[in-house]
Amino acid sequence: MSLRRTLLTTKRILEQLRHDPRTLALLLLVPAALVGLLSWSLTNQPGAFDSVGPKLLGVFPLIVMFLVTSVITLRERTVGTLERLFTLPLTKADFVAGYAIAFGALALVQSVLVSVLSYTWYGLAHQGVPWRISIVALCAGLLGTAFGLALSAVAHTEFQAVQFMPAFILPQLLLCGLVIPVSQLPSVLRAIADVLPMTAAVHAITPQQSDSYYLGQFAIMLAYIFAALVVGGGTLRRVSK
Amino acid sequence: MECSDHSTIEVSNLRVVRNGNEILKSISFHATSGELIGLLGPSGSGKSTLMRSLLGVQAITGGAVRILESHAGSPSLRGRLGYMAQSSAVYLDLTVEENIRYFAGVLSQPISEVARVTDVVALASFSRRLVSSLSGGERARVSLGVALLGSPPVLVLDEPTVGLDPILRRDLWRTFGDLARTGATVIVSSHVMDEAARCARLLLLRDGTLLFDGSPASLLAASSAPGYDEAFERLIEGDQ
Repeated sequence: MSLRRTLLTTKRILEQLRHDPRTLALLLLVPAALVGLLSWSLTNQPGAFDSVGPKLLGVFPLIVMFLVTSVITLRERTVGTLERLFTLPLTKADFVAGYAIAFGALALVQSVLVSVLSYTWYGLAHQGVPWRISIVALCAGLLGTAFGLALSAVAHTEFQAVQFMPAFILPQLLLCGLVIPVSQLPSVLRAIADVLPMTAAVHAITPQQSDSYYLGQFAIMLAYIFAALVVGGGTLRRVSK
Repeated sequence: MECSDHSTIEVSNLRVVRNGNEILKSISFHATSGELIGLLGPSGSGKSTLMRSLLGVQAITGGAVRILESHAGSPSLRGRLGYMAQSSAVYLDLTVEENIRYFAGVLSQPISEVARVTDVVALASFSRRLVSSLSGGERARVSLGVALLGSPPVLVLDEPTVGLDPILRRDLWRTFGDLARTGATVIVSSHVMDEAARCARLLLLRDGTLLFDGSPASLLAASSAPGYDEAFERLIEGDQ
């Protein structure tokens, strides 16, 4: 693996996004606007936004990064750039790490923007620690990137890649505690929900828990990020049949 | 086939079977430094599969492919083969310069190489334009520019002149000839038989079988045909 080639790949991906303002707006402004909309819609229910708002900070980056990464990586596979790169001295690790760093940086910017707006303009009075929320949002963004990278191998078209969102993301959204508290789920679903990455992101934002509890949730997220990056790297084939 | 000591490409009994279909049927040939080889044949004859086999990105069923004395696809070959795929295989949402600069960086080439290849493919005036705003022929030239980075000793160019105007096509064939004269092995595929005259050596492929391997003059002489299209037709008839 070469740090120089990894960073070149990161720079290239960021340059691509710079030329695509609509995607940049989707990545940075849409989550902030949606959290703002939620805060506005809950104006007449005191305390409701303080409870739900922070959880969304762990959910949005995962969804947005999953969508963008799966489509962009699939494009690399279908237009031939990936095949060309693999005839050059670029390793799979350089490629995967280049993506993870680029989208991780974007996830960080996204999470800081949403957090700052939430704590200031939207009036969030959450008892959690703001920096922990930002780190959770960063991890959620990396989770989305890693899953998007891995699942892009299964899709043949960009349309199919987008279809993975309801199949892969929505079940997690239903089970993560946003709709129904995880503790109120049937026991089998609770057992499943407890080990899902999106649940870990939501749990890691929950205030007033012990340090070991938070460490456990971060460990779940990091394990998924690592596993998905390894699987994503494994799906990149230098030789096709 | 007997191989020269200076062989850059050695293909022996290459077979590729994909989804139960035999795409390449025991292909053998070798190439040396300084050769400009035209790989000609109709669409679906196996040209791209053969080129991808040379690069080592196509799984082969039988036989062997050696490039610069290494097995095709060996890590030691990465960056020593210039490749232009049939699709442009460049980033549409980057400028011409950003594309070439990225690939030059991956190849550890100096920044001066970016300007050099941009000039060779006559895209200097387009360097700050997004590739998505270019025509198909201009995109093909960006892809060719990337393939030329670092002056690789072997160039594998899949249909590089498709969709280009006659003047640009002529200029590119001159470039290919110049590259061969500097010692590179240049293998160029095309489905346009008229391009045969521009090559020093022809490989004619049909249905995965190598029908002819020789010079354009010997093709015309052997088939007693007035032109390359007719020569190819007579070869097919003779093969059947």
